[in-house]
Amino acid sequence: MSAKDVVVKDRRNPLKTARGLGSSQSGVGHWWTQRVTAAALVLLGVWFVLTVLGLLHADYAAARAAVAKPWNALLLIAFVLTMFWHAVLGLQVVIEDYVHTRWKEVVLLVAIKFLAVLGALAGVLAVLRIALTP
Amino acid sequence: MADTQRPLSPHLQIYRKQVQMMTSITHRATGIALAIGTLLVVCGLLQLAAGEESFNRFKGIIGSPVGIVLLLGWSWSLFYHLCNGIRHLLQDAGLGYEIPQFVRSSWLSVAGSIVLTVLVWAYVWMAGGAA
Repeated sequence: MSAKDVVVKDRRNPLKTARGLGSSQSGVGHWWTQRVTAAALVLLGVWFVLTVLGLLHADYAAARAAVAKPWNALLLIAFVLTMFWHAVLGLQVVIEDYVHTRWKEVVLLVAIKFLAVLGALAGVLAVLRIALTP
Repeated sequence: MADTQRPLSPHLQIYRKQVQMMTSITHRATGIALAIGTLLVVCGLLQLAAGEESFNRFKGIIGSPVGIVLLLGWSWSLFYHLCNGIRHLLQDAGLGYEIPQFVRSSWLSVAGSIVLTVLVWAYVWMAGGAA
């Protein structure tokens, strides 16, 4: 085997490659979580739309009874949590892309997290109140 | 004023309009719309938990003309984000990377979202309206 047959696969300096989880210290965590919550929301979102359509002309008592059913309450809580989680991940990218003034960027990034946590907790609390009140 | 005063790379205005560009921008726009729409979901749950009077008031608001327009917008946003989101998940898995496939799947997302929205609202209409 002559020298020219030797195939060098990678001439890059090893230092070029990110070590550990990279400079952001989170690796592909954000990207992957966005995909996993997206996959969950495909199922939960379709379930939510069908459930709401099923309750189209439901009165107060029928709507409460539907939300209080164990499976519905469980899936509603899962839907609310996943929805806000996915929304924060998406809005975060939009803010990072388009808000170029650092302090406004940080304020917005924190504000959407506060709002999402409040929204998620309020949604879960509402479902629990309906499901646990006889 | 932006903090960084570095030269910008060429942006939207220099590119020829193409459908993949439109589907990508719309994916973000509908994502933002849906993030605002989460508040409606939580609002509905809170009103249902608060009692019959608040729930009926909530039903009255979403059944009003303004409410129906918002629901139309949000339902289409949801179905577009759903269809195009599935398209993105498939692309993340390495599928459909030829340019003609990109164009075709873009139009599929658009068509799918319109078909689903029409189906849902046709069902609502046949069942006697939204409220």
